[in-house]
Formats: sequence, C-alpha cells, structure tokens
Amino acid sequence: MRMKIRLLNIAHGRSGDKGNAANIGIIAYDDKGYEIIKKYLTIERVKKHFEGICFGTVERFELPNLRALNFLLNDTLGGGGTVSLKLDAQGKTLAAALLRLEIEAGDK
Amino acid sequence: MKEKIKIAAGQGFWGDLIDAPFHQVSQGVVDYLVMDYLAEVTMSILQKQKNKNPELGYAKDIPELMKRILPACLQKGTKIITNGGGVNPAACAEAVVNIAKSLGIEHLKIAIVMGDDIKGCVDEFITRGCNLDNIETGEPIISIKDKLLSANVYFGAFPIVEGLKTGADIILTGRTTDTGLTLAPMIFEFGWKVNDFDLLSAGTVAGHILECGAQSSGGNFLGDWQAIPNMAEIGFPIAEAFPNGEFIITKHPNTGGRVSFDTVAEQLVYEIGDPRNYITPDCIADFTSIRLDDLGGDRVRVYNIKGKPATEFYKVSCSYESGYSASATLTYSWPQALTKARAADSILRKRMENLNLKFDEIRTEFVGFNSCHGPLSVEIDEDKINEIMLRIAVRSNDYLSVERFGKEIAPLILTGPPSVTGFAGGRPKPVDVVAYWPALIPKKYVTPEVKIIEF
Repeated sequence: MRMKIRLLNIAHGRSGDKGNAANIGIIAYDDKGYEIIKKYLTIERVKKHFEGICFGTVERFELPNLRALNFLLNDTLGGGGTVSLKLDAQGKTLAAALLRLEIEAGDK
Repeated sequence: MKEKIKIAAGQGFWGDLIDAPFHQVSQGVVDYLVMDYLAEVTMSILQKQKNKNPELGYAKDIPELMKRILPACLQKGTKIITNGGGVNPAACAEAVVNIAKSLGIEHLKIAIVMGDDIKGCVDEFITRGCNLDNIETGEPIISIKDKLLSANVYFGAFPIVEGLKTGADIILTGRTTDTGLTLAPMIFEFGWKVNDFDLLSAGTVAGHILECGAQSSGGNFLGDWQAIPNMAEIGFPIAEAFPNGEFIITKHPNTGGRVSFDTVAEQLVYEIGDPRNYITPDCIADFTSIRLDDLGGDRVRVYNIKGKPATEFYKVSCSYESGYSASATLTYSWPQALTKARAADSILRKRMENLNLKFDEIRTEFVGFNSCHGPLSVEIDEDKINEIMLRIAVRSNDYLSVERFGKEIAPLILTGPPSVTGFAGGRPKPVDVVAYWPALIPKKYVTPEVKIIEF
C-alpha cells in the first residue's frame, strides 16, 4: 500500500552553516522512521526539493546510531554567513524546510 | 586522579544569555566553566577594535561577568576556561586582574594562550611555500592579501592543558576550537595522552554537545518544542565526565529545558560535515560510533566513541574586506499586502537602474511569505494575508551605490503603493562586508604560547 508521509511527522532535525554550504541533520523518531528516511531521502530527492535554494551538489551521510541522516547542501547560503544578503544567512530554518517534504512510502 | 569531573557550558556564542554562566556556578557545584565567545567573523571585529585601541580586542562582557562569578568560582574551586581573549588575551587578563583586585581578591592566577595570530607572518609563510589556499575555492591568499583583516590558527586542547598544569584559576585563549575548551580539563584531570585518540574523540564529542549552550538542553529544539518545560529558566548543559571517556550530559536540578536522546541528537548533527571525520587539531572523531542512552531525569549517557589521529594541519580562519552592504525593510498592510510589496520592489529596482547604481547582488524577500523557505513557500490567498514586510538588501564594492540605495527607501512611502509603514531609525548606512577565508597550515609552522599572569 502506498501512503503519503510528511517528513515532519516522523522526524526532527537541525540546520546551520558551514561556509556557503548548509548542513541539515534529520533525525527519525524511531527505527521504522529511520528505515523510511534512509530509503526515500536520497540525494536526488533532496536536491530536487531545494531547487532554487541549493545551487551546488548535495552530499549525504548516514548516522544509524542516531537514526539520522546528515546532508551538506553546497552553494546554498548566498556566499556564506557574513557575505550573504539572506535574512536566514546561516540556514537556520532549512531543517524545517526539508521537513515539509512528502514521501510516498510503501512503493515497491 | 579524580573519578569524575563536571564541566558546565556557560555561553553558546558571544551574545548568549548573560546570566547563564552565573547560574551554572551558583545553582550547583561544577569543576569547570567553559565559555565559547568566538564565531568565525568575531576575530575580525575584535581586530578592528584592537587597531583603534591596543587595550581592546577581547570579549568585552568578560570583565563584568568575572565581577559576578569570580568570588563563587574561587570559593568553590571552579576553573574558568574561555576563548573570549579574542585577539588580545593579555589585555583581557589585565582587565580581569583589575576587577579581581577591586573585589578584594588576594590571589589570582590566569594562564593566557597566544600564538594563534599569524596575520603578521603571512608573507613569510608564502615565501616558504605555504599559500594558505582557500579550502572552499582553492584560490591562493595572495588574491586578497591586501584586504586581509585577521588570520588566526585554531589551536586545540593541549595549550589549555599546559595552562591548567600551572594551577591557573582562569584560562583565557585566543582562537581555540570550541571543542578544545571542554576536552582540555578531561586530558588534564584524567591524564589522557596525545595518542589516546578514542578518549580525545570522546572529549571532543562532549565539547560539541556543550559548545552551543542550551541547544543541547531543549533550546532551538525542532521536536515537540512546545512541551519543553520552563524555557524561560532554561538550564545550560553540564557534562559529567569519567576517565574511560564516557560522560553524562545533564543540567542543574530545578532548571528549565530538557536533556534527552532527542535534544542531544539534534545538537550532535548541528554544523557537521562527514560524521566519520569530525576534524579537530586534537583528533578525528567518528560521530557514527557515538552511543546515547537516555537515562531519564534529564540525563543522557554518551559512550563508545571512536577516533583517529589528527591531521598534520591546523585550520586557519582569515577574514578580509569585501565591499559594502545595506538592508532595509518596509511593511505593507492588507488589502493586497504582497502585491503592494512586490510593486514597491519593482519601483525601487527601476529607480536604482535609472540611477545607474552598481551592485553585485540585490536581494528581495517578503517577510511573512517567503524569506525563510524561498521557492518552497506555499502560495497563499492574498485576502488572508494581514501584512507583509518587504526586505531588500544590496551588496557592492561601490560605496556610493550602497549609500544611495539607503536614500531611496523612505521616499517609497510617499511615492509608492499605499498603507505602508515601518520606516524609522534613519537611512540604512552601508556596512563593511567582512568575508571569511578558511585555510590550512602545517602544524610545524606555528607554536602556541602559554603565559602566566598572577598576583
């Protein structure tokens, strides 16, 4: 059976800056949630979600010990913390932005 | 050897809750108070202050803070470790000495860690073949050398350990890693060695959990944040560390906030890159090895941490002048708030174009609609929008263009769309843009210095 899951309902997270890149850590609330994010939160899916925000590559790292994934979004913060003209120059709200994503789970 | 030490975080950044360090040392007994004051650009701000006045260049909050916490710290034996010495730890120490004497304190020993400031040696390094290339772009530092404002090496925990060995009450450093502040007392108290990489990594992870203050004890928590108790009186995190590298993250009893698996995990994934290679001057910690046990009662046990030898390099944090910027806001009310704000933006851009102003970037955001999530923002029925704040920011190497931008904002009130307010406080002035230049330097090129100041 296919069902739509909004990431916000199965995970939380935190984001910040690393130069002109943003880091987004996403943590599932339980093991089942981690299996879902591990399967569906691919580099391609995240890159597409942040179209028009992330202009560089997306890197993805797994932390099964924390039920977490870490994403590095390169070229995202308008030149980085001090140069950036963005209101959110440090990408503090980008974890919430990723939690907007809806996953079609249950696909074979 | 002590069987356990308590290390309390007092500041997550310069500008954090002013009373937090006082609460950490007065609401219970801790062995160490650690405070991180230095963000990446802070050094350049401090360098400018020192250029104007050689007695400045450190976190100015520190002397006032010492007035409040020093008597309790000396009485309870709590040592203070902070990187708030900035570009002038010696001047900071002198200010603290004066405060201590005015409090009637009879004896005080301060260790200062210096040697991180390499701005004066950049030419010499270049001749020796160290180009200080930007690790993000690959460019050599020559391209910005004339605009360089500051250049500081990130030292790790060991220079602080040298200070602790002298029996100092306070350790004041310049550019030191945030994690080193917490790791140092563990090395000192438990006799850890430079090649105890698992242990050094454990202390580094503890430092990462403490370095952003209450971000690990319920602040800025994206989970069930509304259920975090008593955020008004949030307790800052404390690490209870053991000689085998295990530690427990907790906070003082009867404080607000929460320490749980989830709050600690959120901080662990904050501002990290590859979790298997968390690089510091002391070691490379593997964040995928960390185990967390939520013991309940605001206690989380952290253990099983693995690490590898450090690299041959120190990270260098440089800053340089990179033109000017300014930003302005105007607020438009219902009806058609967003349409009005968009129209005002177009009018302003047309006027700036007619004036032939030169910008590297003009950025428009509609606060209340898309300033946080940009293109991910959901379209909303405009009749339901009560108000929108138009925010425009510009950046340029041409000072006059940025200055003129500032003069074009207020006129929009009388010469643009209606029901607009919120322009107060005068024309936005151009501010200096300070850009960041991260580089690496072989460790052998730099030597930390520890000096003692006492009376």
